[in-house]
Amino acid sequence: MNIIVVGLSHKTAAVEIREKVAFSPTQMEKPLNALVALPDITEAVIVSTCNRVEIYATTRDVAGGMARLKRFLADYHNFPLETLEKHLYSYHGEEATRHVFRVASSLDSMVVGEPQILGQIKTSYGYAAEFKSSGIILNRFLHKAFSVAKRVRTETKIASSAVSVAFAAVELAKKIFGELSDKTVLLIGAGEMCELAAKHFINVGVRGVMVTNRTYERAEKLAEEFDAKPVHFEALMDHLPKADIILSSTGAPHFIIHEKDMEEVLRRRKLKPMFFIDIAVPRDIDPKVNDVENCYLYTVDDLNGVVATNLEQRKVEAAKAEAIVEQEIGQFFKWLSSLDVTPTIVALRSHFDEIRKAELAKTLSNWKDLPPGADKKMDALTNAIMNKLLHHPTSLLKRTDQGSRNDLYVDALRHLFDLETPEQQESMMELED
Amino acid sequence: MNALLFNSTLVIYAVVTAVYLIYLLKPKESLGKTGLWLTLAGFLVHCGFTLNRFLEAGHTPITNLHESLSFFSLSVVGIFLLLERRYKISILGSFMMPLALLIMAISASFSTVIPPLNPALKSKWLAVHTIMAFLGYAAFAISFGVSIMYLIQSHFLKTRKLGAMFQKLPSLDILDDISYRCLTFGFPLLTFAIISGAIWAETAWGTYWSWDPKETWSLITWFIYAALLHGRLTTGWRGRKAAMLSIFGFVIMLFTFLGVNLLLPGLHSYK
Repeated sequence: MNIIVVGLSHKTAAVEIREKVAFSPTQMEKPLNALVALPDITEAVIVSTCNRVEIYATTRDVAGGMARLKRFLADYHNFPLETLEKHLYSYHGEEATRHVFRVASSLDSMVVGEPQILGQIKTSYGYAAEFKSSGIILNRFLHKAFSVAKRVRTETKIASSAVSVAFAAVELAKKIFGELSDKTVLLIGAGEMCELAAKHFINVGVRGVMVTNRTYERAEKLAEEFDAKPVHFEALMDHLPKADIILSSTGAPHFIIHEKDMEEVLRRRKLKPMFFIDIAVPRDIDPKVNDVENCYLYTVDDLNGVVATNLEQRKVEAAKAEAIVEQEIGQFFKWLSSLDVTPTIVALRSHFDEIRKAELAKTLSNWKDLPPGADKKMDALTNAIMNKLLHHPTSLLKRTDQGSRNDLYVDALRHLFDLETPEQQESMMELED
Repeated sequence: MNALLFNSTLVIYAVVTAVYLIYLLKPKESLGKTGLWLTLAGFLVHCGFTLNRFLEAGHTPITNLHESLSFFSLSVVGIFLLLERRYKISILGSFMMPLALLIMAISASFSTVIPPLNPALKSKWLAVHTIMAFLGYAAFAISFGVSIMYLIQSHFLKTRKLGAMFQKLPSLDILDDISYRCLTFGFPLLTFAIISGAIWAETAWGTYWSWDPKETWSLITWFIYAALLHGRLTTGWRGRKAAMLSIFGFVIMLFTFLGVNLLLPGLHSYK
């Protein structure tokens, strides 16, 4: 049995294409049922997020199965296959496994290390389990992907650092203030990056936002956008003590916040710390403000530095994660290949034959006055019994028309007669955790 | 039995300190957890030692430097465990457990025999006065450790050295909060220790206050912490300034405790 993957992602298709072939999460029953009704497709799982649409399936016929999945994706969404095809990727076997492990571990994500994707795949798998479109292989396949993702998360620090300037600003603020829920942000000016940072602060739940601008109307307009309080620029010094986090990006040619003003501001706020983020070029805030007690000033270059360090660190962590993925592929394939029918039949026969021969030898050695030729007859007899016993299971396994049930039998036989190598058993136990 | 329990505590604290120091350098969360469990084990053995000593001596075992340093260390570890439970900051152990170990090591250098009790110490005030004083000292010790962490974290933020240790240290706000809580816990205890000491002095020596070096230095320590708390409550001293004052207060407190006992002759010279 083979695993195949067909899909597209942010790497191969623009959002206009991705949204056209996305599946609604509330209506998964119909497409999943349609997929397993396709000839030669035995199991199927659909993963559909804003960044990717993928179908995982099992089939005996790799090329035919992939072609059917592609055709299904196009037909189901009434999208011309010729247009869709150039955005699609398809993998099978080891490549498919590597792909899914990487996706689940967020190594294939737009922001490497983001944690959402694992939850999304789990939800997708939940639908497949609910509508019974996944069977023994995809169940184990996805559970393995989850455990790989978990390993990556616990053994590497891939998701632990901020990788955007705005996010870095929020992380730094948390290191100064701890909780941000009782903190106030003051936005000075209206640069794009400044607004983005302000949005991040609002997202993590600051108490309030104040906005000021040289032209008061602009401040009002921005304030409306953020549900914030507009403040007159001339009254900046009066409002500064009320702000904990100051984001500044005016077009002013000189400093608008000076070191000497800060002593007074700090005194008025009883020395409570202040965090300044100066995104303006030329700068808005005198760098000496950083020397003032309990004032922490970061410029856009400082924040970029933080992000660059984090990205560098994340690259190192991603390399570790890739190594984990490679290691796990091998383990999964050992299990998958154990589901092949022929080696199972061979293993089963040799297992029985070994027992037969051992018992026969034991009996014959204890038998003193054995008539000549009796040993040959005994050998033929026990062989015949064994063949009779194994006839039905063997012929049942050799039938190719029973899809995933066959894999179930193989799996069961290997368990019942202990046909696995210890190594494989270990990897199975790990999966069941 | 006494020696066995004491030495076991010393060994466990040494291992804990090693674990926490490695944790400081290595980004492994499991090290922090291991440190915590070992600390708890050490604390229990340490409690066992203190209890055993109490039973053997027949009085509160805080009558000489060996005993009081050990009790001081026990209090530091106890308060650390409470804070760890509340705030879940493993790295606090990297700063507090070396201190606890150091105090225990100094304690080990003094005579461990149980001497006959000095007549002046035969009083119900012994337990009240000494336990309160040392719990207060321990709270100040934690405040000292946390203040050092504050200065380090603040330095990282100012100079933009945002490495692995910066990530592990908690936010300035939490550090400031813990320091403040320790002060508000330790200060009343120190106050009561001084008051109960005065009452006891009256019954033992016939006068409430005799400007003995211990009394004088206790008062100085009390004033420093009173000033720090007052500054925090009224003018809002916080951050670096408060951290530095807390460190200064701890150094003075150490002198009150050790320096006075060892260097200045007086009624409180218990070695």
